[in-house]
Amino acid sequence: MNQIKRIAGILWVLLGPVAVYYLIQTAASEIAKKPVLDTKIQWGVFVVVFIPIAIGFTIFGWYALKGEYDHLPENSEELLH
Amino acid sequence: MSREGRQRGDADFGEIKFTGAISSGKQTNKDQQMKETKGIWKVIGASSLGTLIEWYDFYIFGSLATVLASQFFPKTNPTAALLSTLATFAAGFIVRPFGALVFGRLGDMIGRKYTFLLTLVLMGGSTFAIGLIPGYDSIGFAAPVLVLLLRLIQGLALGGEYGGAATYVAEHSPAHRRGFFTSWIQTTATLGLFVSLGVILLTRHSLDADKAKSIAKFNDWGWRIPFLVSILLVVVSIYIRLKMKESPLFEKLKTSGTRSVNPLKESFGHKANLKMVLLALFGATMGQGVVWYTGQFYAQSFIENVCKVDFDQSRTILIWAILFATPFFVVFGSWSDKIGRKWIMLGGMLLAIVTYKPLFHKMLTAVDESGKLELVEKRSVDSSSLATTKYPADAIHTVTEKKYYADGSLLVTRHYAFDKALYGEKPDLPPVTATMRTLGGQDYWLFVGIVFVLILYVTMVYGPIAAFLVELFPTKIRYTSMSLPYHIGNGVFGGLTPFIATLLTTIYTADKLVGLMYPIIVGGLCLVIGVLYINNRIDSRIDD
Repeated sequence: MNQIKRIAGILWVLLGPVAVYYLIQTAASEIAKKPVLDTKIQWGVFVVVFIPIAIGFTIFGWYALKGEYDHLPENSEELLH
Repeated sequence: MSREGRQRGDADFGEIKFTGAISSGKQTNKDQQMKETKGIWKVIGASSLGTLIEWYDFYIFGSLATVLASQFFPKTNPTAALLSTLATFAAGFIVRPFGALVFGRLGDMIGRKYTFLLTLVLMGGSTFAIGLIPGYDSIGFAAPVLVLLLRLIQGLALGGEYGGAATYVAEHSPAHRRGFFTSWIQTTATLGLFVSLGVILLTRHSLDADKAKSIAKFNDWGWRIPFLVSILLVVVSIYIRLKMKESPLFEKLKTSGTRSVNPLKESFGHKANLKMVLLALFGATMGQGVVWYTGQFYAQSFIENVCKVDFDQSRTILIWAILFATPFFVVFGSWSDKIGRKWIMLGGMLLAIVTYKPLFHKMLTAVDESGKLELVEKRSVDSSSLATTKYPADAIHTVTEKKYYADGSLLVTRHYAFDKALYGEKPDLPPVTATMRTLGGQDYWLFVGIVFVLILYVTMVYGPIAAFLVELFPTKIRYTSMSLPYHIGNGVFGGLTPFIATLLTTIYTADKLVGLMYPIIVGGLCLVIGVLYINNRIDSRIDD
């Protein structure tokens, strides 16, 4: 199971940048198609909000790949130190 | 007394004494238990009422998006006005994670009680203020700016409320019933929506004996009532919350001097805790958020805008479904105390992503009139002119056609056309055809049943999640650590669901169900991560 968790981590690491690329590409194409303020605000909000989340997703994948989720903490001591 | 008798007497005495001791012990335990049970229900009642009011405040804005658009945003372009309101709505969701950080930090530093009291004041005050703002016609651009500002405050306050309420209840609950007790907090979001829909419908129909006049009055000024009544509810809730005591676990931290001095750094700056925050987000709340908002909000939008079911019916369908489904929050919360949180939440996600398409497709086919028997003799066609403030009474012609069907449904098609011969070409007023349906009894209850199933999935993913999140993090940084993944999952992934799903239908116009791809993909990803990485262990100790 731990092996699967780590291998899946590679997928999560890659998925983050792919999602950002797809998001920016779609935003640019939608804004070009209809360059009004509403479209710009709407897609601008999506890009600004989802990029940090995608970065977080890549970090999550990195932790998975490094085996950080092989064992989950069972008490607060493990989380605080 | 013989030795035997003495022995017997001693024995009797001893037994009586012993039994007496058990009896008094039992009585003390029972009293203690009753006191504790009464105490926890007070905690749940006080926390839930405030949280319910906050959800009510938050939802009335979204439910009245169209009316608010006409009041606060330039009327020259209604679509732009609606989009602006929706953007404001989205802004309300997007600032929620920031509220989670601001108030989460406060809650871990000064305590749960005063923090969620503060969020309640902010939420109630901003809701009341929205009800007082003059329209765009009176104060111009200041109106939408003020509304946006107050909406942002609402979002911030909501971001701080939930984590505090869930933490507060969980920290009062016995370990073996944590899922059950926290599930009452979980019902508040749905009940807040229920109350908001009820108040709006009631107000909309009670302003005049004539229905059309009542709706017109509601759109003109009556929409302010649901915002203004909020202040009464908030005052009551503040009074109740002021009487509550601080969480015992937080008090313990305070007394021992072990409170966190920098909850943000400890929550997100330490890898050991950050990895759990990320797991909570990507393995639980992200999928839970999209399931929640698809079941309760996108479903309503789909029924009204895609199925073209009329305003009142689309809302009463949701009201019935909520009424029947809400007890299941407690059922699944309680069940999670026995079998663990993980598989109930992930089971709900799996059912949702597998059945969304068939369920929504069923609604589409149910409103398709092609297979229905029309009562041709009842068909009617009326022509009239539409009076507007911008154009003369005879400038816009309307033709209204009503078709009645044997199953009790009614299809109303209205064509609007501008009189070019009299007033020339108006490019901003193209001919428009609007459709509206009233469902027959059988279809109506079919819709209630489908929405009930959608909300049942919500109860599965949402019922146990407070207990799940509380158990992941230590007391000293719990408020901060659980609030952020909750509000990114629900505020961003979930809150944007109706918006993104509707946007997808405008990009890929051929497929009316394409909007569902967003919750299906996000929910599917979360399901895989949850299955792989989350464990099903119930943490019996959250006081460390």
